[in-house]
Amino acid sequence: MLSIDRSIIDAIVSHARRDHPDEACGVVAGPAGSDTPTRHVPMENAARSMTFYEFDSMEQLRLWREMDDRDEEPVVIYHSHTATEAYPSRTDISLAGEPGAHYLLVSTREPDTEEIRSYRIVDGVVTEEPVRIVDAAVDPHAVQSYMFGQSPATVDYECSDR
Amino acid sequence: MAIEVRIPTILRSYTGGAKVVEGSGDTLTDLLADLDTRHAGLRARLVTDAGALHRFVNVYVNDEDVRFLGALDAKLNDGDSVTILPAVAGGAFGFAAAAAIASHAAATRAAAAR
Repeated sequence: MLSIDRSIIDAIVSHARRDHPDEACGVVAGPAGSDTPTRHVPMENAARSMTFYEFDSMEQLRLWREMDDRDEEPVVIYHSHTATEAYPSRTDISLAGEPGAHYLLVSTREPDTEEIRSYRIVDGVVTEEPVRIVDAAVDPHAVQSYMFGQSPATVDYECSDR
Repeated sequence: MAIEVRIPTILRSYTGGAKVVEGSGDTLTDLLADLDTRHAGLRARLVTDAGALHRFVNVYVNDEDVRFLGALDAKLNDGDSVTILPAVAGGAFGFAAAAAIASHAAATRAAAAR
């Protein structure tokens, strides 16, 4: 199972929507061995294609070095399919090179529906897994406004002058 | 002195789990031949039967992609660091990937013919 923070999922989906109809791609790094994705890194799709994605080789080297230095690993590798379902294609399966990663697919074919699925891809074998989206604890730095009739769990991230 | 080679997770089955191995050679071709004597099978994962670097494997010498350094002919010196990473790529359909592979194969054939 993949457990991932709601804010990271939101950032991935908005990256995918922004790059639509081209495919978007990126990584969510996390502490090595933790299986916990914590740091979202959107990557350029060097192929700039509606049906193909590829990390720029130099950008990939920089990120992989950085993860090494921070004792992180690519916990999630994500990309979008912009006209088809969020299921790995034959290309995805044959090119999957990180056996420890969760391969997250986002489909942007429906503008109003979030379609997110996650897979392990090892030696050409695809195994779908559940995705548990975790709502982070209330951010202590956020401005909280408890207005009449609202629950105190409501968090206002805008610094309004109300 | 030797050349340090960083091995990605997916290829560590050839290095007994080692993340970094050492080798020697004046070019990338020589280095891979040297590594294959101790880590049999590694070279075949990086080089095609036609003798070209696989399209979806990235090899770097220090901070440079070897595709900009002459690919397998890239010159090496003692103390260099070589990093191998599987390319991160894929996509909804095979067309673009097939086209990329075909153009690479054509370029390889053209290079071989020269």
